[in-house]
Amino acid sequence: MKKNEVDNKRRTLLKGALAVGMATALGGLLPSKAWAKKKVGMGFIYVGPRDDYGYNQSHYEGKSSLAKLDWVKAVDQENVPETIEVQKAMESMINLDGIQIVFPTSFGYFDPHILKIAPKYPDVMFLHCGGLWDAKKHPKNVGSYFGYIDEAVYVAGIVAGHMSKTGKLGFIAAMPIPQVLRNINNFTLAARSVNPKITTTVVFTGGWSLPVKEAEAANSLIDQGIDVLTCHVDSPKVVIETAEKRGIYSCGYHTNQAVLAPKGFLTGAQWNWSKVYQDYAEMISKGTKIPNLVRGGFKEGLVTSSPYGKVVSAKAKEQADKMRASFMNGSMVVYKGPIKDNTGRVVIAAGKEYKQTDIWLEGMDWLAEGVIGSTKG
Amino acid sequence: MNETEFSLLNILIAVIGGAIRVGTPFLFVSLGECLTERSGRINLGLEGTLMMGAMTGYGASYLSGSPWLGVMAAGMTGVILGGVHALLCQQQKVNDIAVGIALMLLGTGLAFFLGKPLIQPTAAHLPALHLGSWSDSPVIQAALDINVLFVMGALLAPAMAWFFRYSRWGLYVRTVGESADAARAMGLNVNRVRMYSTMAGGFLAGVGGSFLSLYYPGGWSEGLSSGQGLMAVALVIFARWNPVYCLYASLLFGAAATLGPTLQSIGMTWGYYLFHAAPYVLTLIIMITTSSSTRLLSGMPGQLSNVK
Repeated sequence: MKKNEVDNKRRTLLKGALAVGMATALGGLLPSKAWAKKKVGMGFIYVGPRDDYGYNQSHYEGKSSLAKLDWVKAVDQENVPETIEVQKAMESMINLDGIQIVFPTSFGYFDPHILKIAPKYPDVMFLHCGGLWDAKKHPKNVGSYFGYIDEAVYVAGIVAGHMSKTGKLGFIAAMPIPQVLRNINNFTLAARSVNPKITTTVVFTGGWSLPVKEAEAANSLIDQGIDVLTCHVDSPKVVIETAEKRGIYSCGYHTNQAVLAPKGFLTGAQWNWSKVYQDYAEMISKGTKIPNLVRGGFKEGLVTSSPYGKVVSAKAKEQADKMRASFMNGSMVVYKGPIKDNTGRVVIAAGKEYKQTDIWLEGMDWLAEGVIGSTKG
Repeated sequence: MNETEFSLLNILIAVIGGAIRVGTPFLFVSLGECLTERSGRINLGLEGTLMMGAMTGYGASYLSGSPWLGVMAAGMTGVILGGVHALLCQQQKVNDIAVGIALMLLGTGLAFFLGKPLIQPTAAHLPALHLGSWSDSPVIQAALDINVLFVMGALLAPAMAWFFRYSRWGLYVRTVGESADAARAMGLNVNRVRMYSTMAGGFLAGVGGSFLSLYYPGGWSEGLSSGQGLMAVALVIFARWNPVYCLYASLLFGAAATLGPTLQSIGMTWGYYLFHAAPYVLTLIIMITTSSSTRLLSGMPGQLSNVK
């Protein structure tokens, strides 16, 4: 009897809560429909936490920069795995928040998830960070944007080449995919343009976020005498902190990690998504057609270098600044022959050059001369 | 030729140093699991305890400025989670493996949720003992920077073996683990002994977690544990429920985990996927070679096979 009463009460309570919930949901929905004409709705999805000192944080910083535009409504969701979860996240942003443009930022969101949802919402634009969109195969309301961050890695390589005393650099990488190999090669080619004797030892950890393995890789590299360390993993925090603890130099990646290594931080390659996202917002508000492909490096403002650390020598700064200027005016081409790979094979013949935008570079499967490592595990 | 010899020595020292660094969380979790299992219960939730310990340890160290308070906080979190496990398992018709899996998911999920604001800040880390200061070689110095927690764990292992063998409480734990009926006949409260064992086991696993966030690799992130808590369960079987063997097994697993990065950093470029898989391959090999359809494992507590 008594138990029944309690149960009944609980039920009423639940009903009440449900009604309140519905009311707020409706309340949220109706005005958002009304705003839709004035406000630009942008939704961001990250695979990891917003504040990982890495890739996800770089996108979150870009999203946060939209806050100053009061005509933009930006929502985001973090820790969304590359599974059917991301489809749900996209649909809920579109249906509940009235988002007109979605930015699923992780590589694995594209196929099949974006490709499956996009045809259902032809009025919504799906922009994927990475660069897999193909005009022939994929829907028109899908697109991709990406930055040539390897330009900023090249500049970091110049600084590393100047600062290294042992002539041994270290690179901790997640896996041997083209984007990563391009960063390794750029770092090495740049450092060797300063001192041709320099080598870069690569450790592939086999995953994007494996802190124990990254720390172990950093320690073993330092044990082997490397004195500048950089990385391409989701969150460089552990690598940079380990380098600092062991008293060697480090170059950052994704975002600015200078605060993690006040003594040994040299510079780093950073994304500048704020620019990209603000540009997109402008385009939607003005009603201009959104391009399916957006690419760019220093010149287009998609990537930047982290501010130099205290220890960086004047000469290194001067050379790095000069290099950045030649990237800005388009005169610098990294992949200009002759370039050999680390097995001695000539991959780019003398006189031949591949410009930054060349699609050939996006299929990179070799490591340049001076890299100690292998693309095949 | 001299140079290669020197580098071989370096590798050896680096691997030993790495084994100690990577093996310490294994050591604490496996000692905790060993204690729990000797009382006749399996706690698969230690992966969750490890993550909760890492998170609370980091949080407490960040807020208080004292890493040791962090270690204590991590241990106490483990005690609470162990208590919950024991409390649930002593109910009628509750399966301890299922409870363990539930607590593992709860622990990791809760740690992710509560740990959100801890990803960015830098907390005070645990100090290291510089045992290598006699050497000029920075490699040896770095390898012999040994954390106090490892020393404690290494001393705890023989102490726990002694506890099981010679102390009255150790005998209680063993009796409860071997035969609950015999323990009841002795007038022991089986559930209480198991509860204390699970709580103490949770404490050790929590401390193991604090080692991850407060020493190596340091910092709180959601990818901090790569299944150490689960692998430690396999490790206890490998160690035949003997705490001293747990120490050796932890070092072996630690060394297996450092093999991949170390070999690449000295320029051995082939087979890194294979070497990365070494700890997991080792776990599998152990499970296969130790299983038998005809007999129980030697050293296995008798009550462990009785899944309610």
